[in-house]
Amino acid sequence: MNKILLIVQREFLNRVQKKSFLVATILLPLIFPAIMAALVYVAIEQKKNATKEVILYIDESGFFKPDTARFIFNSFSGSLEEGKKAVTESQYFGLLYIPKFELANPTGISIYTKVNPSPNDISGIERMFESLIRDMKMVQLNVDKTVLDQLKTSVDIATFKMEEGGKEESSNTKVLFGIGMTGGILMYMFIFIYGAQIMQGIIEEKMSKVVEVIVSSVRPFQLMMGKIIGLASVGLLQFLIWIVLISTLSTVVLGYFGLQTPQQEMMQMNEQAQQAAAQGPGSLQLLNSLSQINWTFVVFCFIFYFIGGYLLYGALFAAVGSAVDSPAEAQQFMFPITIPMLISYFGLFTFILEDPHGPISVWLSIIPFTSPIAMMGRIGFGVDDWQLLLSMALLIGGFILTTWVAARIYRVGILMHGTKVGYGVLMKWFMQKG
Amino acid sequence: MNALVATGITKQYSNHLALDRVNISVPERSIYGLLGPNGAGKTTLIRIINQIINADAGEVMLFGEKLKPEHIGIIGYLPEERGLYKKLKVGEQLIYLARLKGLSNSDAVARIKIWLNRFEITDWWNKKVEDLSKGMAQKVQFISTVMHEPKLIILDEPFSGFDPVNAQLITEEILRLRQRGSTIIFSTHRMETVEDLCDHIALINKSRQILEGTKKSVKEKFKTNTYSVTHRGAFQSTGTGFEMVQQQPTEDGYFRSEVHVRNNGNPNALIQELTRLTEVHAFEEKVPTMSEIFITLVKGESHE
Repeated sequence: MNKILLIVQREFLNRVQKKSFLVATILLPLIFPAIMAALVYVAIEQKKNATKEVILYIDESGFFKPDTARFIFNSFSGSLEEGKKAVTESQYFGLLYIPKFELANPTGISIYTKVNPSPNDISGIERMFESLIRDMKMVQLNVDKTVLDQLKTSVDIATFKMEEGGKEESSNTKVLFGIGMTGGILMYMFIFIYGAQIMQGIIEEKMSKVVEVIVSSVRPFQLMMGKIIGLASVGLLQFLIWIVLISTLSTVVLGYFGLQTPQQEMMQMNEQAQQAAAQGPGSLQLLNSLSQINWTFVVFCFIFYFIGGYLLYGALFAAVGSAVDSPAEAQQFMFPITIPMLISYFGLFTFILEDPHGPISVWLSIIPFTSPIAMMGRIGFGVDDWQLLLSMALLIGGFILTTWVAARIYRVGILMHGTKVGYGVLMKWFMQKG
Repeated sequence: MNALVATGITKQYSNHLALDRVNISVPERSIYGLLGPNGAGKTTLIRIINQIINADAGEVMLFGEKLKPEHIGIIGYLPEERGLYKKLKVGEQLIYLARLKGLSNSDAVARIKIWLNRFEITDWWNKKVEDLSKGMAQKVQFISTVMHEPKLIILDEPFSGFDPVNAQLITEEILRLRQRGSTIIFSTHRMETVEDLCDHIALINKSRQILEGTKKSVKEKFKTNTYSVTHRGAFQSTGTGFEMVQQQPTEDGYFRSEVHVRNNGNPNALIQELTRLTEVHAFEEKVPTMSEIFITLVKGESHE
């Protein structure tokens, strides 16, 4: 046990003393928000400066009233063919053709463009016609103009999740979405980066032949566990530094804008915050949503699933590292390890966040190979206790199993050089005695 | 007392038998040569002694005790394939390896300083291993093998990669360590090393131990009762107690003959007989070299 600690310490110092660790740990939390801010800024600037595209229209119906929010509409007097020609020979975006149509059955409206218009453009124009026609129908039905204006409302649905105590929380799904996404992506990155480092470290030890010296002093299992735990502690340290950095930064930034941090706000009365949310502008509402989330719980879950997922995959990465002679050879074994990770990673974007309580999402968050990422995706939306407990128990069982399997392969693999290794060979090593 | 006794060691890998009921006993404070062609099973045996792998059958006793994990601290092992952490500094590296062997931090530092002084390489403490030459790294590796003052030192091809000067240095250290009470097991192909240093040997061929004993007894066993004689004036193989193997003229009427003594006759009788036949200038018993014994045995086995 003492020797595992020595190895953990050595591995930990090896990584932490490197300059690259310092750079990654301090710069990454600064670089990511900076890149995002830059992108948002560029996008806003682009939108602001974008000149509206011009669409020519031929209106044979006489009903058309252009809505110029998105496009500039210029009337074109001439035949459809002439219009098409005008568009092809000019910078115009397209030609909108509005034939005579029945209000009850508006057909034949068409748009001719040089490039494929985006679905957004098309639905924008469709909505423009829909509201135009609805207005005209209202007029036909003798609805008063003032009544018509009063009918127009803009709705922004506020969502509330009901708690058992009857307490209502404003749960901004966008925030939950964001938490799930960030948690899932971070988990994926962490497991992959640190798992790959275990593998690399083991391949290095094997290639430099130092491993034989080490295993004459410690059990191969101790060496493997020391390595895995050592790197896990580096990962946790990095994660904790990030949390501290990010919360300090956000306090500073929010303080600058005269707002309270989620942490501070959390401590204050809920009602006050809710009132603010009900009346306040969007940004405050967002903050309120942030304050509703049990951060301690989310961070605890992240750390638990990081450690669990990391140990589970770390052992597999270790087994692969011990079996091969070079990183290039490791590729063939990486594939099956990556698959469950990729499934949960893509699942995160396709269905876990969209439908966190659907059966696939639930099962992915319970099966140990996919649960670290899938559960992080679901965690903000509220997970039943039995699911969480089952998932955690299975994850613990899962990493004990993979560690056991990996250790059996590892002890043989690290001493083998120049063997051509396939799955059959791995199986043989696994079965081998002593 | 024996430092190490291995009895009936057997190790089966899936498609071949690496060791077949091998017995060796290594007397305390001996320099024991473990010989054998490539693939004979020497490394497997050494790994079993080092508890890197377990034997399928058989028993290893170390200084009278059954092999157990705590014995790791009293063994120093220099594997044939040398290796150190390339990115670590010499000092850090040696401390780490010493602590894995069970030394405390302060003990490790003190011992390492003594050894670095001894090899006059104190200024290497902060050098990374990747910046050292191969010979320099070998010295560091040797220190890592012996710094915890192991009672049993196992050296697998210890001289490969050393220039003659450093090889001499290492030889002296090995002899000194033996003097201070360590037992040394050599695994090597280099028969001149065995000739110079070992006092006991074992030969392993095709997974089996086929020869063991003191170097002298082994040579005794394989000597052919042949003598080499330098003499002036040819003679015929007409002696009663010997037969001529070969005779070659050298120069100025001198010859060198090899004669084989019949019926275990003693050398004095042979000299007496020879002096009657010729003028004897030099007389020497032809003792087989380790290399000859090795080749005879290994080749003999493969012709079976």
